[in-house]
Amino acid sequence: MKSGSDLFDVLVIGAGVSGASIARRLSSYALDVALVDRECDVSFGTSKSNSGIIHGGFHHSSKTLKARLEVRGNALFDQLQAELGFPFRRCGILVVATHNDEMKVIGQLYAQGVENGSVGIEMCSRRRMLELEPLLSPDVLGGLHAPSGGIIEPYRFVFCLVESARKNGVSLFTGFEAERGVQDGGRWSVHSRDGRTLKATWVVNAAGLFADDVSRAFGAEEYSIMPRKGEYFLLDRSTPACPSRVLFPVPSHNSKGVLVIPTVEGTVLVGPTASEIRDKRDLSTTAEELEKIFDYAKRLVPLISQSDVISSFAGLRPVLEGEDFFISFSSKVPRLVHVAGIQSPGLTASPAVGEYVTELLGKGGVPLMAKKDFDPYIERIPRLREMSAEEAEKLINADGSYGNIVCRCEKVSEAEVVAAVRREHTTLDGIKYFTRAGMGRCQGGFCTSRILKIIARETGLPYERITKKGKDSYLLEGRL
Amino acid sequence: MKELRFDAAVIGGGAAGMAAALEIRRRGLEVCIVERDDELGGILLQCIHNGFGLHEYREDLTGPEYAERAVQAVEQAEIAVFTRTTVGELASRAGQSTLVCFSARHGVLKVSARAVVLAMGCRERNRGNLRIPGSRPAGVYTAGLAQRLINIDGYIPGRQVVIIGSGDIGLIMARRLQWLGCRVHGVIEIMPYPSGLTRNIVQCLNDFSIPLHLSHVVSRIRGLERVEGVDVMPIRGGAPDPAGQFSIPCDTILLSVGLIPENELSKTAGVQIAPETGGAVVDATMMTSVEGIFAAGNVLHVHDLVDNVSEESRLAGSFAADWLSGRRPARQMRILPGSNVRYVNPSRVDPDRGSRVYLRPLIVKNKAQLLVSANGRPVKKVVKNHVQPSEMISLSLREQDLAGIDAAGVLEVSIS
Repeated sequence: MKSGSDLFDVLVIGAGVSGASIARRLSSYALDVALVDRECDVSFGTSKSNSGIIHGGFHHSSKTLKARLEVRGNALFDQLQAELGFPFRRCGILVVATHNDEMKVIGQLYAQGVENGSVGIEMCSRRRMLELEPLLSPDVLGGLHAPSGGIIEPYRFVFCLVESARKNGVSLFTGFEAERGVQDGGRWSVHSRDGRTLKATWVVNAAGLFADDVSRAFGAEEYSIMPRKGEYFLLDRSTPACPSRVLFPVPSHNSKGVLVIPTVEGTVLVGPTASEIRDKRDLSTTAEELEKIFDYAKRLVPLISQSDVISSFAGLRPVLEGEDFFISFSSKVPRLVHVAGIQSPGLTASPAVGEYVTELLGKGGVPLMAKKDFDPYIERIPRLREMSAEEAEKLINADGSYGNIVCRCEKVSEAEVVAAVRREHTTLDGIKYFTRAGMGRCQGGFCTSRILKIIARETGLPYERITKKGKDSYLLEGRL
Repeated sequence: MKELRFDAAVIGGGAAGMAAALEIRRRGLEVCIVERDDELGGILLQCIHNGFGLHEYREDLTGPEYAERAVQAVEQAEIAVFTRTTVGELASRAGQSTLVCFSARHGVLKVSARAVVLAMGCRERNRGNLRIPGSRPAGVYTAGLAQRLINIDGYIPGRQVVIIGSGDIGLIMARRLQWLGCRVHGVIEIMPYPSGLTRNIVQCLNDFSIPLHLSHVVSRIRGLERVEGVDVMPIRGGAPDPAGQFSIPCDTILLSVGLIPENELSKTAGVQIAPETGGAVVDATMMTSVEGIFAAGNVLHVHDLVDNVSEESRLAGSFAADWLSGRRPARQMRILPGSNVRYVNPSRVDPDRGSRVYLRPLIVKNKAQLLVSANGRPVKKVVKNHVQPSEMISLSLREQDLAGIDAAGVLEVSIS
């Protein structure tokens, strides 16, 4: 692995799902690659708070780049899961129509899906819809079924991609906020806000919400990324309102609507709303929007109840004018690729974005020589909650810390928390996304003090330096 | 895999679990306690304030002192104790229960027992349950977690504090934080009356001039990385009134907004849960809907005083011992909450031996009359100086109170 003073072939800005997919793809070639992110951990931007859906390829017109990348991306997930072992399940998607005008839109979505090559897509009668999902409102008139759609833990996916990329030689720099790019004799010098500088021949701008700022900082195209906020509720795994497929309403002009999502780990996610805001750091939820979520979601599944709520949160979609993805070499400055406007279905498309950008770089002169020793697999970390009693017994006998349950709601053992810390997820949120500790019904009431102890022990950090999510998000004031 | 067999297994080694196990052991039966934490004592260990034991020991003890008495008794009683051991599964068939437990020391441990006492306590309601809007910065803690961080781990969560909810743990923590040199800027309570004990309002808020905002809600949490403040609105005409909104700058928010009995394990065993309490439905012997599984303490319903927990759990232990030796009540009579009563626990009484029941009022009232009637006819009247929802009432229904009534009928408790 290279240090900061060396020259990288490609530097990817943004370790969200796009940047991570690109970096992992590039790591299969004989290239020196750097992946940088402004946050203290990877996947801490748009990629951490979204619907976690692998879309079915019918929402967007085949004329758009995102429709093509969505279908291609979807198809790549089985192989990726086999290689990386992240939680992913093709549970299928239903779009639910509750009045006749909506059935017309269903017809259009179906035609679009067929044209895009959505595998197994079908239009459904009322009877078929209720057969596929008995929890649906009796008001359902019919709908669409896309069996190729699925669910995934988005942050786990990014963590796996980055781990794989690093295993294959990619250098990761976190807390690296690229604020200036300077051309210097056929290469870029990229300066971070904290004074660090990295040099690279090619740069990929996959900075998500901040792609416009990065573009400007490199003297490239002027465009603006508008944050579009989506608010969500998370329901306890004990809710009776857990459908077996992802449920969509009929989409509106700027969003796919409020969905009911059975998450891959057994909880239920309801949302998102869609509101245009200005502040790219504003992840606050609002009483008004949260109220709306229930109104909408209950039209799909009447059993959804506020009493099952265990958490609410918001995410921001990085929206570019025209709503399509913008993936292209800059026409203003050399050797810079924009990967901007990657909103929904960005997660689904990400493996295809990785392919597409790699090809683009190849055409732009990056030498793509396949690496003989590329290893697509990463180490599987056993998860106690997935084990039978017999498997757990074996695991604990080999490593006692598997028997020490730190998070009782999600059944996470000490060994899993240690595995997270050893992979440099050293904040409370990073550990939560890696292990699920703190994501269950008690929301960290039980595990927080135990996890702080493990972080302090494993990293040597004093308690008062441990943060929730980096920067100034300190958890404790100091010793008594 | 290690397999062990006991007459009875108690899940949870807090006040409830220890009291139940001691009683079962006193009756000469083999019993074990499974506790997930490092030592016995439960939440008492982090409650270093006093006020415990006034009924149980006629002494004013701290939480750890109260726990210590039970811990010593458990040690002397030859009760098998598995600490740092978490029960992952509970299953029951034909009066035989199996606990699958995880621990670093024992690996996967299978415990079989004819009787099980559920004594897992409760968890705190959190921000998510309340759906408080706003950002998600560091510095938002449930009061009990803050209590653990301070009293067990030795760390101060923050300096400028606002407490949401006037539950007892929040009130105790207000005083604790003031003593540490932190400043508590206010307690925000949605109801028109406090939800904690009166003595705690006086000793923990009034004595420190901490403002209590009754009929107010936090409408928004502010702060990007660490908490920067809260927006507060008064409740007027049954809804938050934006016209009366004010902000309180702070770096820490504690939530003391109620407790939820921790019954996930009970549910896996098929135990029926009462919506009013969040705890199991139990009969006159504190047996749940599953044969051989009993429940006591905060996992059954949330108590205000540990003394009541110990008393109730001893009863549960003695009923479990009765059941193990084949003794069951000949008759049981249903008892229901009437006017101004939220719930009565247990939901049945034994008319031949008498029963102790616990009830929670729905109203605040001085000189309140408690009336128990059988099939519409009064059988017992008690006058209470003061009742309020935050103070549980313990009521003894003796054999003579219930003599001669038709056990096929229904008892009802009301408050007027």
